[in-house]
Amino acid sequence: MTMNAPEPEVQTLGSVELRIPARAEWVAVARLAAAAVGSRMRFSVDEIDDLKLAIAEACTNIIQRSEGIENIDLRWDAGPTELRITVSGDGRAPKLESVKGADDENKVGGLGIFLIRALMDTVEYEIDPQAGARLVMSKIVTQ
Amino acid sequence: MDIKVNVRESEGDAYVVDLAGEIDVYTSPKVKDAITELIDQGHYNLVINLEKVRYIDSTGLGVLIGGLKRVREHGGSVNLVCTNPQIKKIFDITGLVKIFGIFDDEQSAMKALV
Repeated sequence: MTMNAPEPEVQTLGSVELRIPARAEWVAVARLAAAAVGSRMRFSVDEIDDLKLAIAEACTNIIQRSEGIENIDLRWDAGPTELRITVSGDGRAPKLESVKGADDENKVGGLGIFLIRALMDTVEYEIDPQAGARLVMSKIVTQ
Repeated sequence: MDIKVNVRESEGDAYVVDLAGEIDVYTSPKVKDAITELIDQGHYNLVINLEKVRYIDSTGLGVLIGGLKRVREHGGSVNLVCTNPQIKKIFDITGLVKIFGIFDDEQSAMKALV
């Protein structure tokens, strides 16, 4: 008679926080962290790719659309059925007329939010004139 | 976390831009510079080889869209070589699969250039 060893229980991570400088070269670090957190939960390879892309789009959006920003704060709250991610900058939100870049870049910013909404299960995007941009998004664990 | 860009002349006046690595907010300017330089030199038929690209996001898509818009003003074309399902998925989600010709190999992409 063979007995299969029980599968190890997936442990809830709790919360992971990361602060990165709000500069383009650090966005890849956020992607790596997203992949690491996702792999600890029962996300598939494709879902982990989604998490990486969503995190990068969120960071890029904040970098490109906030003024006076020095850091981006990321927080992953890992629950038993859902990963909730909060991404916020420590700068001010831009006035509409001072959003950087040409029309194409503004449209690309919209494309970034579009991708986040397509890849994540819930997305809340706020621009606070005092606190800057903030995204809260979540992905449900399906496996 | 870097991008390698290689530009080479191909048949006719077509040029191939081989990309390897990740295209994001940090590395996409390097891709943009390569494409812009080709267009500024009067080369409007481009094949962008994404076979060795592991990651692309909206900043990379924006660079490709910008390049396509510019070459189309001169009657040119941009075709992509991409078989990576992870990368193709991004073009599918955004609808850009209808805008760009995406091919499995360079030969097919070259043949399809206007």
